[in-house]
Amino acid sequence: MPEKILQKEDAKDLLRVCSREHELFAPVRDGSRIIWSPVAPDDRLEFEFSNTDLSPKGFMFPQTERLMHFKNRPEDPQGMIMEQEAGLSRPRALVNIRPCDAKAFAVLDLVFERDASSTDVYWKDKRENTLLIGLACKHPCPTCFCTSVNCGPHHEEGLDVLLVDLDNRLLVKPLTASGEKLTADLPDAGQADIDQAAEQKQEAEAAITSGVSLDSIASRTVLEEYEHPCFERIFESCINCGTCTYFCPTCHCFDIQDETQEDYGRRIRTWDSCMSWLFTHHTSGHNPRGTKKDRVRQRFMHKFKYMPIKLDGAIGCVGCGRCTSKCPVNIDVRSVVNRMNESISE
Amino acid sequence: MTVSKVEKETRGTFTLELDPGESGFPFLPGQFNMLYVFGNGEVPISISGDPERPDILVHTVRAVGKVSKALCRLRPGDVLGVRGPYGSSWPVDACRERDILFVTGGLGLAPLRPAVFHIFNHRRDYGKVILLYGARSPDRLLYTKELETWSRALRVEPAVGSAGPDWKGHVGIVTNFIARMDCDPAQTKAMICSSESMMRSMISELNLLGIPDREIHLTLERNMKCGLGLCGHCQLGPTFVCKNGPVYSYDRVKELLAKREL
Repeated sequence: MPEKILQKEDAKDLLRVCSREHELFAPVRDGSRIIWSPVAPDDRLEFEFSNTDLSPKGFMFPQTERLMHFKNRPEDPQGMIMEQEAGLSRPRALVNIRPCDAKAFAVLDLVFERDASSTDVYWKDKRENTLLIGLACKHPCPTCFCTSVNCGPHHEEGLDVLLVDLDNRLLVKPLTASGEKLTADLPDAGQADIDQAAEQKQEAEAAITSGVSLDSIASRTVLEEYEHPCFERIFESCINCGTCTYFCPTCHCFDIQDETQEDYGRRIRTWDSCMSWLFTHHTSGHNPRGTKKDRVRQRFMHKFKYMPIKLDGAIGCVGCGRCTSKCPVNIDVRSVVNRMNESISE
Repeated sequence: MTVSKVEKETRGTFTLELDPGESGFPFLPGQFNMLYVFGNGEVPISISGDPERPDILVHTVRAVGKVSKALCRLRPGDVLGVRGPYGSSWPVDACRERDILFVTGGLGLAPLRPAVFHIFNHRRDYGKVILLYGARSPDRLLYTKELETWSRALRVEPAVGSAGPDWKGHVGIVTNFIARMDCDPAQTKAMICSSESMMRSMISELNLLGIPDREIHLTLERNMKCGLGLCGHCQLGPTFVCKNGPVYSYDRVKELLAKREL
């Protein structure tokens, strides 16, 4: 699909077209933070930001989501039969989503949709009804390391359109049929614009100087990696607060709870965290993962060893750096993974 | 579904029979359901009925936590939520013509019971069948009436920790008697269910008999929420117990189980 060009001041026209069918959301400035917020086509979009504070995973996988509702009436033939909640009432568009956050959706597609016998209908509904208009990264954060985990500042996976900020213009790269439809009326980009975007991509990639190595982790067996001596130390400073799982765009463990009142009830799911002791606790008192060390190990093993095994090499990390910048005790995912990758001496 | 019958098995352990309605509830031996008591929550419970009677859905529950206590308070006519069946099953079809050795204790017979039913119903398809079943005392054995019925076609070997003078079975820990079961190791398929530490001892005894790891099947217990391999709670290394298990052949999980806290 040919690249298009759009004057930045005309971005609102594109958004207006988009808003006919979609509800618009975009990163906006809120004090010192950048947060996701509903926007109108005429609102001024934010282009100068690094990463949004919270990842947009809540758009597909809300922190609290109602799955079903039911009545508790034994005498009623329909009593306690659960009814599924209605899907998304109106399609959405996430404008200026970062490529790493879109890549996280692509990773979670594998988790939630790959096996047809257990497709998560709630995830699928929101995914299919959300248009993703990405904004390539110009100035990566010091904690970014996307280039070493199958992602990058101009990564296109999961996106419908990729925008590249060329100061007063935007290079528009349609990537899917819906992206092409949305941008059909825009003029084609000139070669100079395409070259400038390519140059910017190189600069952004070069600006990401930190990374992780995964080769040894991939070549070892699960148990060899599990026994890595680095895990004897990594957990020590961790306080099991769960901040990393909260901010992580690919952490997706959840809990299911029922809220009931008199004869009405609803089944909800909420984000859960493998950092919690209760996460694996049995009623009998047995806890198969009862220590902090093993919970910390579980999170890194899940992302960098178990997920690649189960999902044909897909890593449960997109290099956004949020866990590192938010961690209250300065655990840096890059150094953890690099230590996991170090050779194991006998 | 509506509860049609509640039977007390032992102190604190009850068998619930549910009416699945006209469509019935087909399942494979070893699979489990998520049972839900309104206002209390949902728990994974093995199906314990006869797989050839899909018109009755049977679960045996011990009152331990909030939900299982609420399950045990149900009475005929009460309604509870059921979703399932989930998970893998005992390899009853794959081991036709073979000898079968069941080893279990206490409530551990509940997940094995559909497999025993299946073999009892198709007795001619199998060789020598032994059910070695332990409990702390004779009044803690489950399904005592069925044990009698089964003993007409299979060798039922009960073992209890302590008993009065009229007890005819073994006395001692169930693992002590595995070596005495005179099985042909080349012919035998073992299916076991107990706590993880107990199963470790059972497996070492079975290995001593000459039964290899791949011929031992076991069922695991984990905290579960979704039953679909999505929510992450029951993860055991790269597998999910709710989806890839709960029944595993031991050679597949041997190394994972050998590590504490994986």
